[in-house]
Formats: sequence, structure tokens, C-alpha cells
Amino acid sequence: MTRADCVVLLPLILISGISILVMLVIAFKRSHALAAGLTVAGLVAAGMSILAVTPYIPRQVTPLLIMDGYALLYMGLMIASTLAVAVLAYPYFEKHEGHREELYVLLLIATLGCVVLVASSHLVSFFLGLEILSVSLYATIGYLKERQSLEAGIKYLVLAAASSAFLLFGMALVYADLGTMEFARMAETSAVTSTPALLVPGIVLIIIGIGFKLGVVPFHLWTPDVYEGAPAPVTAFVATVSKTAVFALLLRFFYHPGVQQYRAVYVAFVMIAVASMVVGNVVALLQTNVKRILAYSSIAHFGYMLVAFLAGGDMAVEAVTFYLVAYTVTTLGAFGVVTVLSDSRRDADRLDDYRGLFWRRPVVTGIFTVMLLSLAGIPATMGFLGKFYVLAVGASATKWSLIIILVMTSTIGLFYYLRVLVACYAASSERDASVQPVVSVSGFVLAGLTILLIWFGIYPAPLQDVIRRNSGLAVAGVPAREPAKLSVRHGSGTSVSSDRN
Amino acid sequence: MILVWLIVIPLVAGILAWLTARWSTQLPRWISLGAVTLDLLLTLAVWIRGGNSGVAGDATSWLAEVDRSWVPRFGIHFHLAIDGLSLLMLVLTFFLGVMSVLCSWTEIREKIGFFHFNLMWMLAGIAGVFLALDLFLFYFAWELMLIPMYFLIAIWGHERRIYAAIKFLLFTQLSGLLMLIAILALYFMHHQSTGVYTFQYGDLLGTQLSPRAEFWIMLGFITAFGVKLPVVPLHSWLPDAHSQASTAGSVILAGLLLKTGAYGFLRFVVPLFPNGAHEFTPTALVLAVIGIIYGAVMAFAQTDLKRLVAYTSVSHMGFVLLGIFSWNPLGLQGAVMSMLCHGLSTGSLFVLAGVLLERTDTRDMDRMGGLWTTVPRLSGAALFFALASLGLPGLGDFVGEFLVLLGSYQISVGITVVAAGGILASMFYALRLVQRVFHGENTQRWQLPDLSPREALILAPMIVALLWLGLYPQPVFNTFAPAMQNLQRAANLPAVVSQKR
Repeated sequence: MTRADCVVLLPLILISGISILVMLVIAFKRSHALAAGLTVAGLVAAGMSILAVTPYIPRQVTPLLIMDGYALLYMGLMIASTLAVAVLAYPYFEKHEGHREELYVLLLIATLGCVVLVASSHLVSFFLGLEILSVSLYATIGYLKERQSLEAGIKYLVLAAASSAFLLFGMALVYADLGTMEFARMAETSAVTSTPALLVPGIVLIIIGIGFKLGVVPFHLWTPDVYEGAPAPVTAFVATVSKTAVFALLLRFFYHPGVQQYRAVYVAFVMIAVASMVVGNVVALLQTNVKRILAYSSIAHFGYMLVAFLAGGDMAVEAVTFYLVAYTVTTLGAFGVVTVLSDSRRDADRLDDYRGLFWRRPVVTGIFTVMLLSLAGIPATMGFLGKFYVLAVGASATKWSLIIILVMTSTIGLFYYLRVLVACYAASSERDASVQPVVSVSGFVLAGLTILLIWFGIYPAPLQDVIRRNSGLAVAGVPAREPAKLSVRHGSGTSVSSDRN
Repeated sequence: MILVWLIVIPLVAGILAWLTARWSTQLPRWISLGAVTLDLLLTLAVWIRGGNSGVAGDATSWLAEVDRSWVPRFGIHFHLAIDGLSLLMLVLTFFLGVMSVLCSWTEIREKIGFFHFNLMWMLAGIAGVFLALDLFLFYFAWELMLIPMYFLIAIWGHERRIYAAIKFLLFTQLSGLLMLIAILALYFMHHQSTGVYTFQYGDLLGTQLSPRAEFWIMLGFITAFGVKLPVVPLHSWLPDAHSQASTAGSVILAGLLLKTGAYGFLRFVVPLFPNGAHEFTPTALVLAVIGIIYGAVMAFAQTDLKRLVAYTSVSHMGFVLLGIFSWNPLGLQGAVMSMLCHGLSTGSLFVLAGVLLERTDTRDMDRMGGLWTTVPRLSGAALFFALASLGLPGLGDFVGEFLVLLGSYQISVGITVVAAGGILASMFYALRLVQRVFHGENTQRWQLPDLSPREALILAPMIVALLWLGLYPQPVFNTFAPAMQNLQRAANLPAVVSQKR
């Protein structure tokens, strides 16, 4: 490790450092405000460090991590989202009794896992990142020590452990076949020599592991229960940061060989995408719990993203990234509203809690409306442009049947978003006189998310520029003479100078 | 710049109306009224300045145009332009806009600010549809007008409003998304043949498409416009939405929203896909005639006053479709004339239904009867609009439908004969309406107040306009003529090329 390596890893080092610091501070003085404040400060510092690191990229740091524009972009997104989650969590947990401070340590460690995931270029760092993320999520999901919360935590623990086993077995098979664990070398080797009998089952097992973390059908069974059971801010984290990290990794993992290379892998992804879109949207119709509705909606949204992923090509990474940004902003906003409306007894997750909300809390309802419309993909929100991106990528790759399924299912999807909206705007006889204003910090976060959603929904050019500049994945360790197929397909990708090899 | 103002003024007025509602119940109304009147005056100014300059004018140039780059990533432009067709539609839009603000003056008592916000944004969306010359912008405006309409029905509608609102939104959303896929397909196919990514209407005209692709893409557009118009198998949302919406909602639905569908056929379907449209013509003519007869028969069978008027729209819009697909000057002039007059006469009938509903609290015609003695002025106005609707010579609708029949006679005699039967049928439902509601015995012993000055102020301009259009329609034809020539030239261009081949 050279000094330059350490500089490039600054975001990771800062997040690790601040989590240790918060842990030590808790040992000396238990203060919710202090822990939350330190976390926020640490996350802001880590976010700033991304800008400081920018001049040094792209750089391969040890065979495990690659710091390129793509990784930094996702790090920025995830650190900002964690920041929003931390700010939303503070007033939420302030209402609850018990030890609240460790939550922030766990959040920071989970974020560290995510940051490692998006920068990983090696199966080992992939697995390490995923486990750091998962283990801290077990505790975070069950943090409230109530029946539902604990049940969700245990459920996640059991299923995540099982999926990790699949993942490890898949990695072992891939390693046995290719003799390397670096993504880039895997691509290279698989093009030259490979035994499909080993490689394809290996990749499919890895897909199972990834699919579990993304909560796509048929690996989605934990999603609604965990969404429902976990405390609302934690649900926001699970829904956005952890899934974003895994999808970013998925993109990087399959960037080199290309999904289409193996028929079985491609078909597996098509089936997952279609099943996620159909099951997510149809089952959401049957729910009466807002958190569960949002859970099934997130399943469907990852189905949409898989459509863009399957289309492949230069625009897929850009489209998925834009969609993930839109999805993150929207989902944070939606769960932010749920958080703000929750009290110490339980989360505001029943549809009845929202009946006539507009007449009691017009501003919060307005924000919730914008979030739901964005999830439904109505113009003037980022959600619409995200969907437009996906449809555009699908159309450019002539995946007509996939995008028609997308359109059909997302119309079904509109129906359950409308159900929530209808409840919000239903005439309510009770006029709650005790209108308490939104807790101020959460209010700022929600207002900021709404402005972001509409601003980039109407004028996306600045965001698109940032994403385009960083959507080329660095090809680490690949010699200057890349295989012709790769250089044609990913001509825009920046390639790292392989001076260190 | 005037075109941008036309859209911005209602948007800003909507926000102001919402914000000021907490201080005053009258202020939102006056703000909205002022904004729409201002827009109406601006549009009239454009008309007087250039729109009436006649046939001899330069037929290729737009009366006014704004073109800015918006989302450079996709080659999307913020491109607004106005020609005679758009101009006429905009005059109708803002004219009916003024009326809809006035007619909800006493009807709407709940959430006045939010109501006017929706009304204004809806008008802005409709204006955007009539002005947009970039297909992405067009779709943006097309979808944007749905959400306010959804709220107008769902919050301020009648007893089955939720059902009607959701049905409306699902129909329009699904068909809209199919159009989006069609737009994207056109966009990529245009890129394939020219290497340019563009959504600009002018550039996409004359795109070389294989017959099969042209047919499928055109079908996407036709689905969206056919749902709005409505073309008969796609109409089932209309009676529910129209009868459940509040008066202003019904006026805008019938007067304007249906016209966006007709406008889409005129502006996009035939010019963009001339060969496909030519093949589709027999089907369209048959569907149009089915719509004419079916709408009239269904209208005759209704007991709900608003539902009756809603079904007459289906019938009248059949004439518009007939005129459009005749695609000769007479047919086109007739179609545009019918659009304008249908907006006025049906809009007025909905206003009258609203006025009666406010007084009697029912839409059931069985409970009315013999109202002429108690409300003579109201009854006289209703008779006038009913006569206009059945196509009495001297009133606008007659001119429109007569020209449509002249135009379609050149295409198919059989179709014209059946369609003329529709005019006969319209006599039955219009006279039955008058007879059931205003004549006969006053079984319920209604003693109602006659038209108030405000209501008279709404209806008087409508009467004047219908008389003017019926007696001296030439200014409308003069305004429309250059636009019509452009449309016809655009539609004929590729046909000429293919003949040469």
C-alpha cells in the first residue's frame, strides 16, 4: 500500500474511523444527540473526501478494490442516503426508549460494507463487503427488540446466511473453473478457456446470492416481512443503500463478460426480471400495509432495472444508475414520510393511518404524493425519467416483449399507488385539531428530497452529465490490448493504466 | 416567448391560488380567473395579429415558435410552436377555462385552493399538448394533465368518484405508456436511418419505416389518442368519468380532453404515418360510424342527465374521427369545426347539468320534469344547446357535421349514409332530454331559482359563439387553412415518394 493508495481509500477509512469513534464515545458517554451528531459529521466528511479523491482516480488499490468514477459516484449516492437515513432516524428513535446510540455504529458499518461492495473488483472483497453489510443489518433490523422487529431480524439472518452459502459455493465453482477471483481476469479467462459445466452453475449460484440481497422474485420472501418489521428509517436504509450497493456490484460483475454470453445466465435474468415485475406489482394490490406495498413496489422496481440491465450496451449502466438515483431519492422520501408519521407505539404503516391525511397534514401528504407519483413514473418527477431511460434502453436493444411487460405491469402498479393516494385524500370526518408540525430536521430532509425529485425530474441535464462521466467502468488489470469484443462494446469506458502490474 | 407565457401563467396562478387559499376563499378564484382571462387575451392577440391573415400567407412557417435544448442527452428540445390548428384549440382551451372557473364559483366549497391548483395545472398541461412539437415534450404534457384531472374527479366528484377516477387514470396511463413505447421506437428507427437522435416533430416527419414497423408504431399512437377521443371499444372510461366529475371537471373533460385525442390524430397519426393511416382508414371509418350510432343509442337510453350528455360526446367524436380519416379539406374543416362546437355545446350542457344539480341535488331525469315553468330562462338556454347538439342549421355543430359528411361522401357513400343516420338519432336524444327535464308535469313540485347573473354570464358567450360559428364560420376556416395545407403536405410527402419508386 502506497501513500497514494491510502489517499484514494479516504472515504472508506473515514467511515471506518468514525464508526470506531462513535463506538468509543458511547463507551464513555451515552448521548443520543452526540452519537447522531458525530455520525452526521463523519458522513459529511466522508462525502467531502470523495471530491478530494476525484483527481486520483481511477486506481486499483490491491487486487481487491478499484476506485473509479463509477465507485465514487455510488459512494456519494450511498453516503448521502445514509446521511438522510441518520437524520430521519434521530427524531424517530428519540421517541423510543432504550439504548439508541449503537444504531448509528451499525448504520456506519453497514455503509462501510456497501462502500466496499461498489468498489470491489474481486470475489473476496465482494463477499467481505456483503457480509459486513448483512451482519450489521441483522442487528439493525431487529433493533427495536419488539416482536415484529426481532422476527424480521431473525428471518433476515436465516435467509441471508443461506444465501451467503449459495454465494460462497458459486464463487468456489467459478474459482475452480477459472483459477482467478478478479472480475476482469475472470472475463478474460472465461473468453479463452472455461468449462461451462462448472462456470454456469457457479454464476447462477452467485446470481441467487445477489438476487436474495436485491429481493427479486423468487428470492423476495423476506422483503415484505423485513420492510414491515424493521423500524421505518432502517427500512429506508435496507430499501435504498443496501440494494443500491448490490445492484452496482451486479453491474460491475457482469460488465466484462456481458450477460448475453451464456444463454442460461441470460434466461435466468429474464425470468427473474419478468417474475419480479409481475409478482411485485400484482401482489402489492393485495396489501393493506403501506410498508408492505412499498416492499412489493421495490421488488417491481428492481425488475424494471433488470430490464435495462438485460438490454446491456453502453447506455445500460447509465440508465440503471439514473434509475437507482431516482429510486433512492423517492424511496427515502416515501419512508421518510412513514418515519415522520410514526410514533413511539408503532410505525404508521396501516392504510387506515393515511385515511384523510391530506386534510390533517397537507404538506406531508403533498410530499408523499410526489413520492408516490414518482414511484408510479408520472412526468415531472425523477421516477418518470428513470422509467423513460429503462424504456429507451430496452427499445434501443429491441427487447420489445420485456418493455411491453414493463408497461403492462407498471400500469397495474399505478393502481396500488393510487389506492394509497385515494386513502390520503379521502374525506375524513375527524379534523385533527392537534396538528403537530413536522419535526424540523426531518422536514428539511423531506423538503430537500422533494425539491431534488422535481428539479431533476424537469431538468435532468446536470445529473445526467455526472452519471455519464462516471458510468464507464474502469477495466482493472486488463492489459492495454483488450479483447476486441470488449473494446468495441465499451469503447467509452476509461481503462486504467496497468502500471502497477 | 408568448407561448411559454401561455403555459407559465396558469402554472404560477395555480401555485398562488393554493397558497392564498388559507387567507381567503375568494382570492384563489379571482387569481385563476385573472390568469385564464389573461391567457385567453394573449391567444386572441396572437389570432388577431397573425392567425387570420388568410390562405395566401406563407404556409410553412409557424405563427410563433420557441425552441430550446432541454435534455441534450437524448436530443430532447423544449419546442413549442403554434399554427392555426393549435391556435383554435388554445382559444377553445382558455375560453372553456374561464367558463370552468366561473361555473365552480359556488359549487366548490372544499379545499378551494387545491381545486384551483389542479384546474390551472390541467389547463397548462392541455395548452402544452396543443403547443408541443417535440414528441417527448408532448408526452410530458400529455401525462401531466392526467394527474390534476384525476384529483378533480377523485376529490370533488360525485358518489362513485373514486371508481371513475381510477378507471380514467388506468385507461389513459396504459394507453399513454404504449404511445411512449411507440415514440421511442420511432426515435430509434429514425436514428437507424439517419444517425440523428431527435424527438422533433419536423425531423420525424417522413421517417422511412418498414410497413410492419409503421403499422405497430402507429397503433401505439392510435391507442393513446383513441382512448382520449374516445373511439368506441376504448370509450368505457368516459361515461363514468364525465358523470362523476364536478361541473368544471366535466366541462374540461368533454370540452378539452377529448380534443387532445382528436388533435393527436390530426397532428401526429396521419402526418407521421401516412401509409399506415391510409391502410387504417377503412377500420377508422367503421369505428367512427359505430361510435356515432352507439353513442346516440346509449345516450337515448340514459336516465342520468350527465351520463346522457357524456354519451352524446361519444357520438359527436365519431364525426370528428370520420372527418379526420376522410383526410380531404372538407372533412378536415368539418372535424375542426366539430371539435370547437362540441366543446362549446357539450360544455354548456354540462354547465347546465351542474346548475340543475346544484339546485335539485339530483342528476336523475326521472325526478325532474316540468321545470320550464319554474326556471324559464334556464330551460330556454338548455333548449338552445340541445338544438345545437342535434345539429340545427344556423348553429355551429351543424356546420361541422355537415362538412364532415360532405368530406366522407367523397370517400365512402355507404359510411356517410349510416353516419347521417346518427344526426337523426341525435334529434331523438336531444329532444328527449328537453322533454324529460323541462316539459311535462312537475311531479316533484320543484320551485327553483332561475339563472343567476353569473350563470347567465357563462352561458351568454357560449350562445354567441355558437351562433357566430354557425352563421359565419369563415374566420375559423381561414385560420385553419394554412395549418391544414401543412398537415396534408406532410402526410402526402412520403406517399409521393413511394409512387415515384
